[in-house]
This record gives sequence, C-alpha cells and structure tokens, in this order.
Amino acid sequence: MSGHATFEPKNPALKWFESRLPLVGLIHSSFIAYPTPRNLNYWWTFGGILSLMLVCQILSGVVLVMHYTPHVTLAFDSVEHIMRDVSYGWLIRYIHANGASMFFIAVYIHMFRGLYYGSYKAPREVLWILGVIIYLLMMATGFMGYVLPWGQMSFWGATVITNLFSAFPVVGPTIVEWLWGGFAVDNPTLNRFFSLHYLLPFMIAGVVVLHIWALHIAGQNNPTGVEPKTPKDTVPFTPYATIKDAFGMVCFLIFFAWFVFYIPNYLGHADNYIPANPLVTPAHIVPEWYYLPFYAMLRSVPDKLGGVLTMFSAIIVLFFVPWLDTSKVRSAAYRPLYRQFFWIWVAACIGLGWLGSKPAEGGYVIAGRVLTVYYFVHFLIILPLLGLFEKPKQVPASITEAVLAKGKTAASPATTA
Amino acid sequence: MNMRFASLRSFTLAALTAATMLAGTGTSFAQDAHATPKPPRESWTFAGPFGHFDRAQVQRGFQVFREVCSSCHAAHLFAFRNLAQKGGPEFSEAQAKTVAESFKVQDGPNDAGDMFERPGRLSDRWPSPFPNEQAARASNGGAYPPDFSVLAKARTYEVGFPGFLFDIVRQYQEQGPDYIHALLNGYKDPPEGFKVPEGGHYNEFFPGHSIKMPPPLSADQVTYTDGSPQTVEQYSRDVAAFMMWLAEPHLEERKRIGFMSMIFLIVFAGLLYFTKKKIWRNVEH
Amino acid sequence: MASTETAQTTRRDFLYIATGAMGAVGAAALVWPFISQLQPDASVLALSSTEVDLSQIQEGQIVTVKWRGKPVFVWNRTADDVAKARDVPVGQLIDPIARNANLPADAPATDENRAAKDREKWLVVIGICTHLGCVPIGHAGEYDGWFCPCHGSEYDAAGRVRRGPAPENLAIPPYAFVSDTKISIG
Repeated sequence: MSGHATFEPKNPALKWFESRLPLVGLIHSSFIAYPTPRNLNYWWTFGGILSLMLVCQILSGVVLVMHYTPHVTLAFDSVEHIMRDVSYGWLIRYIHANGASMFFIAVYIHMFRGLYYGSYKAPREVLWILGVIIYLLMMATGFMGYVLPWGQMSFWGATVITNLFSAFPVVGPTIVEWLWGGFAVDNPTLNRFFSLHYLLPFMIAGVVVLHIWALHIAGQNNPTGVEPKTPKDTVPFTPYATIKDAFGMVCFLIFFAWFVFYIPNYLGHADNYIPANPLVTPAHIVPEWYYLPFYAMLRSVPDKLGGVLTMFSAIIVLFFVPWLDTSKVRSAAYRPLYRQFFWIWVAACIGLGWLGSKPAEGGYVIAGRVLTVYYFVHFLIILPLLGLFEKPKQVPASITEAVLAKGKTAASPATTA
Repeated sequence: MNMRFASLRSFTLAALTAATMLAGTGTSFAQDAHATPKPPRESWTFAGPFGHFDRAQVQRGFQVFREVCSSCHAAHLFAFRNLAQKGGPEFSEAQAKTVAESFKVQDGPNDAGDMFERPGRLSDRWPSPFPNEQAARASNGGAYPPDFSVLAKARTYEVGFPGFLFDIVRQYQEQGPDYIHALLNGYKDPPEGFKVPEGGHYNEFFPGHSIKMPPPLSADQVTYTDGSPQTVEQYSRDVAAFMMWLAEPHLEERKRIGFMSMIFLIVFAGLLYFTKKKIWRNVEH
Repeated sequence: MASTETAQTTRRDFLYIATGAMGAVGAAALVWPFISQLQPDASVLALSSTEVDLSQIQEGQIVTVKWRGKPVFVWNRTADDVAKARDVPVGQLIDPIARNANLPADAPATDENRAAKDREKWLVVIGICTHLGCVPIGHAGEYDGWFCPCHGSEYDAAGRVRRGPAPENLAIPPYAFVSDTKISIG
C-alpha cells in the first residue's frame, strides 16, 4: 500500500543508520503514515487494546515469576507471599489475574466485530486465521496460568481439562499420562504448565506480528466493507488512529481498574483460595468465564468423545468462516438478514456461557443442546445459505460517499462515533 | 496400559469416597448447597470504594481469634509483624512483640543438632495448634479445621441473576465475611425430620447443615476491654472483620490507590477525548 | 504528543501538552510498582536478628554464623591477637574508619572501636570482603587475620584491611550482648 508520506531522514546519522537498517522507516510506514479508513468506529480500537493487554500480561507476568515458586508445596503460599509481603505484589498479581479476563473480553469484542463487518473475507482470510490461532494460544495460556496458584480450582480444572484427552480412543490415556508426567495432576504437571505458561505468550506475540503484518498487506476493513479507493478515503494512522486508539485504551483501562482495585476476586472463584487437595473435589467445578460456552457444549453431548470433539469443532469451525460465508457483501450494515442472525448467534453464545456456569442437570442440559446445535447451524447452514438467498442493501460506492451521506442525514451520529 | 489405568481410576475413586467420608462436612461445601439459605448481607466498614478496617473491631476480632478460634484453627500465613502493619489492627510494635513473645516457637537445629524452643519474634508466623493435618483431624472427630489465612476469600455464596451483575457496579466483595458471620450465628435446633449425623451440629448456613465444629462462641466468653457488647453476634462480627483483614491485608491500600487511579484515568480520558475531537475536527467520519 | 504536520497547529497547543503530560505522569506512576517490587519484601526485612551462643567458641576459634543470608565471623581472640591489633597505629591503616554499626560513622579504626565493647577478645564482623563480596579465609595471610582468595586482600586481627584491592575494613554488624555468653546480631 502506498502511504500518505514516506520517511526521508534529514539527519546524517539517521540517514547512515536507515541505509543499513530501515527501522525508523518501518515504524513510520506502519504506524505513522499507514493509511487507515477514515470511517473506522470505536470497535476498531480493540486491536490496539489487545496489544496493550498482551504487553500488560507479559510485563506483570515476568514480575510475578520473580517471586513465584512452581512447586506443589510452595506454589499456593508463594502466591500469597506476593499478595502479602512483596511491595505492590497484590497490585501486580491482581493486574495479571484480572488482565487475563480483560484480554478475553477484548478478544471476544474484536472477534465479534470481525464477524459483524465481514473482516474475514477475501483478501483477509489469512489475517483471520492467524487471529483464530492467537485465540487458541490465548486459551491454552489462560488455562495453564489458572493452574499456577495451585488452589482447588487450579487443580481440578487441570484434572478435568487434561482428562478431555483421555476421550480419544487407544492413545487417549497415554496422552493424558504424558501431559501429567505421572498418574495424576502433580508436581511435574505444575512445572511443565509453568514452563509453557511462560513460553506461550511470546508465541502469541510472534503470531501477533504476523497478524499485524497480514493486516498491513490487506489494509483494514471498515464499517462499510468497501475497500478504500482514493486517498480521500483514508487518513494517516498518526495522529488520527493513534489518538482514537489512545482514547479507547484509557476507557478500557477505567473498566479494567474497576476490577483490579474494587472487585479483584469477582471474576475468580472462591474455591481457588483453598489450597489444592487431590482427595476432595469442590462441589461445583466451573472453568474461568471465558471458557464457559465451550464447557456448556462439552456437557451437552452425552458421549465423552463426542463432547470433546464438539467442543474442539466449535473453535475449528472458525477457521473455515471465510469460505462458509458465501455473501459477496462484507459488512452486516448492508446485510439485513445476516445482521439479525449475527445477533441471534451472539445471544446463543452468551446463553451457552450462562449455561456453562449452571449445574449439568434437567432443563439446563436441554437448553445447552439446543444452543450447541444452533451454534453449528449458524456457521454450517445459515452462513452458506444466506449468501445465496439474502438480498443485500445498496452498498455505497466509496467510504467517502458513505461518510458524506451520513453527514448529511446527521440524525444518527451514534453508529460510527 | 488400559488395565492399569482402569485400576488406577477405581483406586482414586475409592480414595476419594473414603476421603469425602472422612472429611465429613468439615472442609468444603457439600452436595446440598441449594437448600442452604443465603447469608444476609451485613454492613461492613471495609466495603465500598472508601472501605477501611475499624481498628478497634479488628483488634477485638484478633482477641476472639486468639482466645477461641486459634485453639483449633491454624493461620500459617499470619506473621506477628502483621499485627503492627499499616492498614490492619495497627497494634504498636511493642504490643505485637509482646504477643509474639508469649508464644514458644521451635527453632534450630543448634550447634549440637537439636531443635530448641525460644520466645516468638515479630518475623515468626502464628504457631499452628496441630503439627499436621492428620493430628488436627484426630483431635476434631475426623474434621479438619480450615486454616484462617485466606479463609474469608475462600468462602462465598451464590448471588444469582441479576444480583451478580449489580455486584459489579456496587463493588460487593464481602460474601466471605457475610458467610462467616452467618455461620457463627447459624447454630439452631434441627428442624423436624432432619437427622444430624453423629458428631455433627445443625447449622442453618452450612451447606448440608451438618457441621463438625461445635458452636464455638457463647456470650461473655471473651472479655472485651472497650465496653463492646460481649455477645455471639458481636464476637462473630468482629472475628469476621479480622479474618477479612487477614485474608486481604492490603485492602485499604488497594482502595486508596484505586480511587486515585480512577480519578486520574477519568481526567486523562477526558483530555484524550477533547484532543481526539480537535485532531479529527476537519475530517468527516 | 501528536504534532500534526498540518499548518493550523504550528503554535504549541495547551490541550496537546496537557494530554501528553498526563500520559507521561500516568506511565511514570505505573512504572513505580514494577520497580518497587524489586526491593527486599516485608518477610525478608523482618528476618533481622540471629543469636549466637559464645560459650561454645574456644579461644582462638572463629565461628561463622548466618545473618540476613550473609556470613558473620565471631572470633574469640587470644590475648596475643588483641595485643598485636592494638599495636597498629591508626595512621598506617588503609581505611582509618571503624566501620562499626554500633558506633558513630566517623569513629576511628582503633582496636577498641572494632572489638566488642568492654569485652575486647570478641570480634564480630560481616564475613564479606569489601572488594567484591567474596568470603575471606580466617587465620590466613600476613596480618594474622583474613585473606581473601578472590583478589588477595588481607585483613588483620581486628578485621581491618591491610593490603590489596579492598577499600574498607570488614563491616561490623549491629549486635549486642544479651547475656555474658550470648550475642544477638541485628
């Protein structure tokens, strides 16, 4: 993509350096001159917010490791040592623990935005798939991180999730023993989870670089779904997107700080303040909230292997969304039917999340089955068919035209900030 | 491989059943959680955005813990120095030292290789009443009196929809002390038809209603020096406040820094908003 | 922050400066907890004192005890050791300051100021070479005190540096006699 301006160093020292490693030029073209559609709304600030959260989690995590001990007899107490004795340890630990939830809130909003505006469609399929890979890595990282404090939920969460792999025929039990490094979740498990929990965020960071690279190749999608055609359709990233992202980030930080300072244990589970006990399972085992929809799917299938496969399929299906959606129109703004189905699907996901927190009995299970089926129907049947039958609204000729048209009506400024 | 795994699993199951039976109702929530009434919400000084501990109350709660609870319950993360720390009961350092010195603490080995006892120091932790879990169970009819260190954060009750959403806005995080206070006041005669298992005591708020801990508090059991009422209600309230501090010793600091951070972030967001408006003023979007 | 290259904003703008300053202040405030966590934590700070039973230490013997994770030498000096240490004029020393935490910071490095008060046979020093932190070897070197194997510093019978790269005398920790045969360090 051609930028609004290219970087020409004037300073001779910088010139010397740039001719050998064009670092400043890269930053300039990626984050300063990079053209972004002028009509992006605040849902587009979540990419920046996610980068912020990744940095926040890595920094606070590196600091926590300075005081944490990954051993079954010491892990719980070392976390409490952080909370009690380390200077500002409580703050850093609460930032990290709640930061994980904030990271997932942001990533879900980011994904829903992508699904709503069709950001996965050509030429952004690889961008989308890289995003799904980041999401998978996040789930693995979050799960292993939750094991580290070695409370009751840590232990039993680890037991239940690793036991998922025992569903696979023949190799299942061996895989589980290899995951555990023993015959139950124990010290070897804690140690390897700790190691991987430290490694995976850097892998996420690596894939994020690819994700941003792919983004800068294809350019950003925008609420109209129409590609920028003239320089008039875009504005330079700095200061326009920078300042908007900064405002979005600080608003998000207010929300984040509310949890960290006022209700730091709200998103956690009280049972995790009981040290792990391999002989007693808590009455209600519930995963962290961000896994609840998948947990509900797992429990709605009466067969062990079936449940596990259903759960994994729910994520795998996301990889195929670019090809399952057959519509030529990107943005749901111009797809009246898809827009409705999108919100029904969002409601189904939230419903699944709520069911995941409920005991697996009676009406909850039936509701769980209905919503699980609907989840797949949405992707496998509704998406392909909609493209064939839906009659989209008139798509504007360009971003500028859409913006100016909106400026004229002026009655509805809410949709795009 | 499969055989071994199967036998291992049945062993685990057997061990689990045995352990559950052994643990009885003493350790964690038992099955019948749904029939348990919700503990009433109390008003705590440490709730809300400006929450702080009532020093006198936490000091009284410490007295109850020391004279009553600590004969069975450990608090292995509780150090004597914490008593003089800011944001807690805030005893003077001399008072904390006196408390520490009233305990004999095992130290060693000395040069001869023997363990020896010496008076406690500020850096020592609260000595546990039993040397290990098995000894604690043996002395308590098979039940393990839970450690107090973070117990106030390890206990809760289900709030349900939509209350759990309101709690985000209201910042309600005091379910633990609510539960402890309710439990200590929850001993009653069992309703007709409810058979309390041997060694159990009926408690309205305990999941499953049968708790191994006999009613621990009675009126005038602990002599308060500040004229506060010497009732079970007052004792339980004070000890719950003490336990909340013990579980979250930096609560006051957290809320204080939280308030400053909030003000800062809101003002900063306001400035960014106007800056953003200014930058975008000539671009229709 | 955010200086657009358009013509309108060539003047410095109060709003931009205020926003940028606020961001800088916020970043600085956020950095502080991450630095502050590096300092010794409350449990480490509380571990301040170690007691040593002197009745077990023979005349001439140096015992090493641990205080705050560091070695402390406790030496029951012979009359000969004491006499030799007293003979050295302070003016000859590399470091003429006592380095005794129990005395004012400018006390001269006489043997009286180095040894235990009124119990001159006892010498209590932190067993860390003031050069780069190695643990010196006792009863070694030309000055009948300590010899540091790392870079060859030598200390006399009062723990004063006499030769080598070490700049200061061995430090004396805060300590006190709790009884005739027991000291408490820290």
